[in-house]
Amino acid sequence: MSAVPEAGLSRKVVERASSGQRTKDLMFRLALLFSVSVGFVVLAALVLDVMIDGASRVSLDFITSFPSRISPESTGVKSALIGTIYLMVLCAVFIVPVGVATAVYLEEYANRDSRLSRLIEVNIQNLAAVPSVVYGILGLAFIVRGPLGLGPVLLAGALTLGLLVLPVVIIVSREAIRAVPSSIREGSLALGATQWQTIWKQVLPGALPGIATGVILALSRAIGETAPLLVIGAATFARFNPEGITDRFTAMPLAIFEFISDADTEFRAAGAAAIIVLLALLVVMNAGAIFLRNRYERKW
Amino acid sequence: MAERVTQEPDRQEREAQAATSAVPSAGSDGQPVALQTEAHGQKPAAGTREAIYDLDDVGVTYGSVPAVREVTFPIYQHEITALIGPSGCGKSTLIRCLNRMNDLIPAASVTGKVSYHGQNLYDDEIDPVQVRKHIGMVFQKPNPFPKTIYDNIAFGPRVLGMDGNMDEIVESALRRGALWDEVKDRLKTNAFGMSGGQQQRLCIARALATSPDVILMDEPCSALDPISTGRIEDLMLELKENYSIVIVTHNMQQAARVSDRTAFFIVDLKGEESHRIGHLVELSPTEKIFTNPDDQRTEDYVTGKFG
Amino acid sequence: MEATSAGATGAPRPDLYRTRTRRSTGEAAIRYALLAAALVSVLTTTGIVFSLLEETVVFFGDVGVGEFLSGTKWTPLAGGESQSFGVVPLVFDTLYLTGIGLLVAIPFGIGSAIYLSEYASPRVRRILKPVLEVLSGVPTIVFGYFALTFVTPEILKGLGLEVGSFNALSAGLVLGVLVLPTIATVADDALTAVPGSLREGAFGLGASRMQVSVRVVLPAALSGVVAALVLGASRAVGETVIILVAGGQKADLTLDPTVAMQNMAAFIAAASRADIPTSGPEYGAIFAVGTTLFVMTLVLNAISIRFVRKYRQVYE
Repeated sequence: MSAVPEAGLSRKVVERASSGQRTKDLMFRLALLFSVSVGFVVLAALVLDVMIDGASRVSLDFITSFPSRISPESTGVKSALIGTIYLMVLCAVFIVPVGVATAVYLEEYANRDSRLSRLIEVNIQNLAAVPSVVYGILGLAFIVRGPLGLGPVLLAGALTLGLLVLPVVIIVSREAIRAVPSSIREGSLALGATQWQTIWKQVLPGALPGIATGVILALSRAIGETAPLLVIGAATFARFNPEGITDRFTAMPLAIFEFISDADTEFRAAGAAAIIVLLALLVVMNAGAIFLRNRYERKW
Repeated sequence: MAERVTQEPDRQEREAQAATSAVPSAGSDGQPVALQTEAHGQKPAAGTREAIYDLDDVGVTYGSVPAVREVTFPIYQHEITALIGPSGCGKSTLIRCLNRMNDLIPAASVTGKVSYHGQNLYDDEIDPVQVRKHIGMVFQKPNPFPKTIYDNIAFGPRVLGMDGNMDEIVESALRRGALWDEVKDRLKTNAFGMSGGQQQRLCIARALATSPDVILMDEPCSALDPISTGRIEDLMLELKENYSIVIVTHNMQQAARVSDRTAFFIVDLKGEESHRIGHLVELSPTEKIFTNPDDQRTEDYVTGKFG
Repeated sequence: MEATSAGATGAPRPDLYRTRTRRSTGEAAIRYALLAAALVSVLTTTGIVFSLLEETVVFFGDVGVGEFLSGTKWTPLAGGESQSFGVVPLVFDTLYLTGIGLLVAIPFGIGSAIYLSEYASPRVRRILKPVLEVLSGVPTIVFGYFALTFVTPEILKGLGLEVGSFNALSAGLVLGVLVLPTIATVADDALTAVPGSLREGAFGLGASRMQVSVRVVLPAALSGVVAALVLGASRAVGETVIILVAGGQKADLTLDPTVAMQNMAAFIAAASRADIPTSGPEYGAIFAVGTTLFVMTLVLNAISIRFVRKYRQVYE
């Protein structure tokens, strides 16, 4: 790093800052612009493609009908949408307390240099990089079968997805907690408040907008996941709604997977329509996160 | 004096707790009887004051870096004690030993004895939360909570589970903090909307609301304009009737104006790594410090020859 | 806590000692509860390792480690004679697909990062960066759909390429778009961490913006940029659904990008849905491949953390 190539900027370079250099600069700039546009063009193409294929299929009927294996025209995503909403709620119930508690422990209690807290930190960093399909294996071996033996039910799906997005909640919550200035903690402790009173009544309320944003982001990642649910054996096709947390279920990404894997390509339009429904749900959630951030974020 | 009545139950309760405490304190034998009979809020005659704090060979290090060493001096009741000295002399570090705020810095370690009413605050058995309940603190920068004015004041009494009418507690604290008239019509507005000087007086009032015995002030006026500073100094003089105050200031005039006693600290280079370590030069009545100090270095400092 | 009058009105000698009140016991309990929550993540890792290893060990009892790691035929779900557990083609295809992806993601990702950090005005940057983040928030099943129903038939076939309806090229290209935002945002962080003084020094010598970007800022942020690439690679290696939907279901040793390819993650998903007995080596293969994938991403992640630390050390 120390060899910052100042040498490369020798006099020669400076003298040649002529028309040739200017053309090169322009080309470079255009290449960069092209690079940036790739992301946007693909995003636009993707949305357009889905819209063209599926917009005409999105209707109230579509989200209130069970799927059909025979009729691409009358198939729907009722069970999948309900499954996804259940998953989201269950997942939130799991990740909010565990994620926030972990963040509070690491930021407010743990001694930074202790082995335990370093182990936890490295561990969270690594978990964030583990492919989602591997979480599926964990869910399959530990939650669906093995020790918990729940079977491929809602609770198993929610726990698997929860473990998958837990690092997101922890990392974002830690940042939000760290952003609360220490003068607030000092003020509270100096009044004789205990550490927990300080955290519960001062730190967490101050960090709440950030934490909420993180939770929403985590949940929007969770409900878009396909691979772990496939691996744990969740249904891709279900003509029933889950009625309890120990019922079998399906979810939006699985329904999409089923539609577009069908040998009958007529079902692809339904797949596109299901994608529109899922994306709409994600847009609403992200808009909520942005609103929370802008409305309540505190400038300390 | 009407507002003082409201804090009486709390005080009694605390005494009751102290009386029924199963743990005998280490220093109970050495505790003078005079202290028990001295009427609260009544200004005792000069010269008969009791020390509430006794610092004995106190030193603080951060990790392996010493910040202040060998500090020994008493702090007297119902007085304002000022800690002055050039920056880096450890006066802020020291004041944070007086209510164990140094605990928040994991690397900080304190040696020696910080006795408060005969109990060493750094005994293993001492609960820092209890300490801070009795010893309030006001910081360099006003640090109101991002809540309403009312909730800022009510926070302490609420977390301590104090009895009584909260409205009265809040009003009484704001009156004692000389802020009531300015804010009584906007108690439910956010404290961030106040001026810096008002915020600092709010922080003082907030500390008063839990009825502490001592108030520590760590350069409370360093972020304020002269007018706000003046108001806080007036307030301090009023408060010393009922509270003992320790103030860190790097404004010598301020120390001269408000304090009864002044401790002068100095910093010198020590050891091979040239750590800057603060230590106490002298503690004397303020008038003496500024007119006829014992130590030449004090004289040099207060006359502006260095610092 | 009865408030019996103490009688004396003198200055109290406050009791500062620890007592076992409900308040202090609660404090201790809370601390342990929080620690327990923090240990969930450690348990998760332990659980992952155990669930992978348990079946993997059984699998290696049936199929030798040597056969698995060096065999060049991967047909675990085929019956009878033609069944073979040589993982080399599957690993090769995984890396090949990742390679196609990185061919897209590296130039455009770094190009985006340079544009964001060196060229874009703060206002433009404030708009562009969130849009990139939106792109990375799109569920991968949607990318899979895009690869299957648009990139393959409309673009690749449109360009006259003879590709199958499931092919490596389409899946790989879309995989590249998936990891582009990761590379762009992480590399952008590294570039913006380079102190302005370095740029000013170069501009002062009369260097153009391009020269400053390419010869000063990029080399100075190199370890951070490498970290971004490794992170992107790690994400590409572990991606499941794009490959599952658009890449196909078989893994062969071939360099032909127009035919179907499968990566390890997609195999895991496909095999776990297949109708296989949970006692045979077919089932064990899921875990053996999972272990291989887990180790690969762990190594990549460790490398990326190394590089991130390196550039943090320099500038923070």
